[in-house]
This record gives sequence, C-alpha cells and structure tokens, in this order.
Amino acid sequence: MDIRIASQIAQTHLLAKKRQTLVAMLGVTFGIAMFITMISFMQGVNQFLEDSALDASPHIRMYNEVNTQRPGLIEQLNPGKFNVIYHQKPKDEQSRIKNGMTIAGRIERASGVLGVSPQVATQAFYNNGPIQISGTISGVDIDRENRLYKLTTRLKSGSLNALKTNPDGLIMGAVLADKLNVRTGDKVTVTTPKGGIRTLRVVGTFGFGIGTIDNTKSYGNLSTVQEMLQRDPSYITDIHIKMIDPLMAIPFGKQLRAIYGYYTEDWATANTAILAGEKIRNMLTYVVSFTLLVVAGFGIYNIMNMTVINKIKDIAILKATGFEGRDIIAIFLLQAIFIGVSGGLLGLGIGFGLSYLLSITPFDAGGFISIKTFPVIFEPKYYILGLLFGVVTTVLAGYFPSRKASQVDPVAILRG
Amino acid sequence: MSIVLSAKNLNKYFYDPEKFRVLTDVSFEVQKGEFLSIVGKSGCGKSTLLYLLSTMDTEYEGQIEMAGTKLTGRSQDFLAHFRNEHLGFVFQFHFLLPEFSALQNVMLPGLKLGRYLEKEIEERAMEKLRLIGMANYARKPASKLSGGQQQRVAIARALINDPTIIMGDEPTGNLDKANTENVFDIFRDLASKGQTIIAVTHDPDFAAGTNRTIEMSDGLIIGNHENKIQ
Repeated sequence: MDIRIASQIAQTHLLAKKRQTLVAMLGVTFGIAMFITMISFMQGVNQFLEDSALDASPHIRMYNEVNTQRPGLIEQLNPGKFNVIYHQKPKDEQSRIKNGMTIAGRIERASGVLGVSPQVATQAFYNNGPIQISGTISGVDIDRENRLYKLTTRLKSGSLNALKTNPDGLIMGAVLADKLNVRTGDKVTVTTPKGGIRTLRVVGTFGFGIGTIDNTKSYGNLSTVQEMLQRDPSYITDIHIKMIDPLMAIPFGKQLRAIYGYYTEDWATANTAILAGEKIRNMLTYVVSFTLLVVAGFGIYNIMNMTVINKIKDIAILKATGFEGRDIIAIFLLQAIFIGVSGGLLGLGIGFGLSYLLSITPFDAGGFISIKTFPVIFEPKYYILGLLFGVVTTVLAGYFPSRKASQVDPVAILRG
Repeated sequence: MSIVLSAKNLNKYFYDPEKFRVLTDVSFEVQKGEFLSIVGKSGCGKSTLLYLLSTMDTEYEGQIEMAGTKLTGRSQDFLAHFRNEHLGFVFQFHFLLPEFSALQNVMLPGLKLGRYLEKEIEERAMEKLRLIGMANYARKPASKLSGGQQQRVAIARALINDPTIIMGDEPTGNLDKANTENVFDIFRDLASKGQTIIAVTHDPDFAAGTNRTIEMSDGLIIGNHENKIQ
C-alpha cells in the first residue's frame, strides 16, 4: 500500500471540511484540557495538604522514652513470689539522649539523610503580664532546623538570623503570639517545669498552618533552653531527621533504633490518619480522572464516528475504484492521528494555561495557612498521560468505524 | 474472439423486508471487445446483476469469472485490487469524491494501482479528460461540476487503468439529451477501439446502438440479440 496516496486523501479530507476538522480537534482539546486542569489542581491540593501536614513533622524522631512503669527491686530479686509494694515512685529518669550531638553528627553523614536537627524540647509557660499560656519550647540550632522544615518560608514576621545574633531570642508560633498579644520585638517570660524563668524577646513568628504547632510551639537557641533547664551543653532530648526519600525513613528508623537503643518514631506511624486521608484523596483523584477521561473518550469517539460516517459514500467510491480495506483504514487513521495529536497538543496548552491561571488566582485561606493562591502542581507525567490518552482514544475511535466501513460491500452503501 | 466474462447460474436474494428472489439462474458470456447492453424494466434485476458482475456485491449464488480469474468467494481486498486493475465502473449518479478536483478523481485509481509514476498518471489522466472533452475543467473541484460534467469525469476515471471491462449503471440515466449523446458517443468510440463495455440502460436508443442487448424481466434473461450497427 502506498501511504502517500492515503495521506494525500486524508489531507484533502481534513482541509476540505476545515470547520468539522476544527470541531473534532476541539473535542479532543477540551477533554484533555479539563483532564490536565483537574488532575493538576487535585494533585496540587493533595500535595499541599500532605506537605503542610508532613513538612511540619520529622521523618524520624529519635527520643528517649521516659518509662514511668518499672518493676520493683524486690520483684526482680524474688520473681513470682508473694511481694507487696505500695506507692512505688518512678525513677528520676532524664529524657536526655546520651551523646546526642555525636549521634546527630553520625546520622548526618549516613547516606539518604537530608538533615538532622538535635534539639531540647520541653513544656513551658509563656507569660505576658497577667496572661499565662502553656506551650512547648524547642531549643534548636536554627540553621539545622531550617534545613529540615524550611522555616524561612514559614516565617510570618522577623528573621531567623535575629535568633542567631540574639541568645535570648524566641521565634514564636503565630497563633500563640496572637493569644499572648505579643509581636516581634516584645518580651515574654518563659517558665520551665523545673522552675527556670527567663525573659526572652520575640524576634520572629512562624505559621505552619497547623493549629497544634502554631498554637503552642516556640523556637529558642539550643544553649538558652539548655540553660533554662539547668542542663549542660550536651543535653539533647530529641533528634529530628529528614530523609531525601520519605519512604526510606521507615527502615532507617528501625536501623537507628537497633544501633543506638533509643526510641524512634517514623512519620508513617505518627501520621496514620493523614496517610489514610491521603490514600482516600488519591483514590478520589483517580476516580475523577478516570471519569473525566471516559467522558472525554466518549466525546472523541462520537466525533470520530461522525467523521467516518460522513465519509461513508466516499469510502464506497474508493472501494469501488479499487482501494482496499487497509487503504480506507489508513486514510482515517491518519486523520485520527492528526486530530488526536493536534487537538491533544492544543489541549495540553489550554490545560497548562488554565492550571497556570488557577495557580495565580488569589485565594484567601485565612492568614495562617502558608498559601496565597490555589495549589496547582505542574507535573510532566500528567501532560504525557493526557496526550497519550487523547491520541490513543482518537486513533481507536477512528479505527473501529473505519474498519467496519471498509468491510462492507460498496454496493450496500451506494445503493442505500 | 475470447471470452472475458462468464456468469454461471447467478442467483441473488434480498432478505429485507422478506425473502425475495431478484435473479434466477442468470448465465451468459461476454466476448472481448463487445459493447453489451442490458435492458429491462425498473426492478427487473439488471442493476443488481451488474453489481454482482462488478464484484461490489458478494452475496450471491453461482459463479463469476472474469479475465480468466474466478471471482466468486474471493476476499474483499482481492476484489478491490481486481476492480482497480480490470474494472472501470460508471455509476448512474456520477459518485465522484466531492473534495477532489476532476483531475485528482481521475488519477486516484491510477495512483492506487501504481503501474506508472505519478507524473505519467497525471499525463494519462489529462489525456483521458481530453478524450471526453473535460480537459478545461481538470482543476475544478468535483463538487463544482454539473451532473453531465461529473458523469464524463467518472468515465475518464473508469478509463484510467485501461480496464479489461467498463461497466456502466445507467451511465446516461441522469443526463439530458445532449449529454446523453455525448456520453454515448464516447462509449461507441471506445468500443470501436476494442474496449469491452457492459452498460445497463432503459434507454432503447442507447441499447440499439450497442453490439448486443440482453433483455431481462423479473430476474430472468428473456432475450439476447445482436444489434445491427448502422
């Protein structure tokens, strides 16, 4: 078969009915544009929700679990016998991680680790005049913490550098600061459970968009918090770890636990509910995308079907003058490929345009969520998927009716 | 004289709305170079017979042989190729591809056969158009031509591959007197050059001008006589 004749006929068909060709193309275009826009937006929302939840928590948190339950001495010496102990007090156990800084340094050098932030975390009371609010304070090396949680992007006011230059600085959760009625530059008195009191100056506020953090947490300098707790500079209670691949956190956490003997908690365990929500949203995205593609597919199929049916008499003439079934199929496949590819590419363009417009549309999420526009994701794989789907559907939609038309006796059509 | 077409015991049924026998045991032969007309009243089955002979309708009983090739029971693609090479068909309602120019319409079967280069095919197509007096309209889209002009282009298209047989289904049925004479003259001219032609017609004048006339009624051949050519 000479593909040149087929392509010549296909080209003539397409050019002769420009409007019909355009309508067919637009059918593909809208289907794909909608698909691209929807999936980019939905995945953007998913990503945003996931990020805002998981970004604020470490992939692995290593800490020393203070266990209040312990067997009595007599129970250990005389097991299984009749022992009676009343009111046994828990041991005075420190929640410190021994050699925390060394461990942190060693973990930092392991492969696949994005960052490690050793820190001291404790409960605290924040006082501003008569107001007293309970919360937590974390003493951190702010650069390391920033590497983990991108604090620079979470800052609502002030700067991270101010904390480095001011040992008595404090970067406070935005909601907490509101409640205390303090702003950057104001002073707050912080009381630790051990009784240490210190007046710190708020040098910045941050918002993760998560109530439990923005409501309660503040960052101080590691050494300052250690002093407030009356501990030595090697006192570390928590090591936060972020991995390059979050999925690696689960085995790596187990490994760390085996090596150092401290309790580790990975993000999957800490965020079971979020992960379940994530799975459900992903499912929803697939269902919606699938529905969109099916609807678009039927639209494309209808249009291609019409294109072939409109040409049924031409098919009969071509067959009568000696064109074979595969020539007929080739003619319409070429048209389908042209419509699919050009409509698809246009669809990608429009889909991208719509996604872009959505991504710059202002969106008032209430001051504490860190977005100002709708979250949209620009992922090449969706564009490839969309184009592939558009072309494949169009080609199939052109193939089946033209194959059917190519198999009938020409007379059955011409006598019609 | 050799036989180019033979039909043996052709039976054809229509099933819609009910079973109806259109052709009953039709058998005849056509010699090379013959100009044959098939006449009969409307509905007698003459067009149906022609469609069977042209291989465009494959649902029949009996056997058709053309140019030494048995055509019964062949695949669609084989028949398409055979038509391309051996058959030129002229329909009652011209049936050109409306989007293509007259020249392209004539060229397409030639391009499909691929016996000549495109350039040669174009020359041959122009020559055929000249033969039927349509050379001036070669570049016009088929949809812009009048009925008679389209019919003449259709004849040129039927000629492009130098077919073994040209078949016409009421080739002049849709034309006025002047055009009818024009088309008829073209057929006569071709016949005199040794082209085998089979034409279905209900025009007695047309039939009288052919070498032989087969007369049909209710699916049967009721007459078969040579015509005296004036």
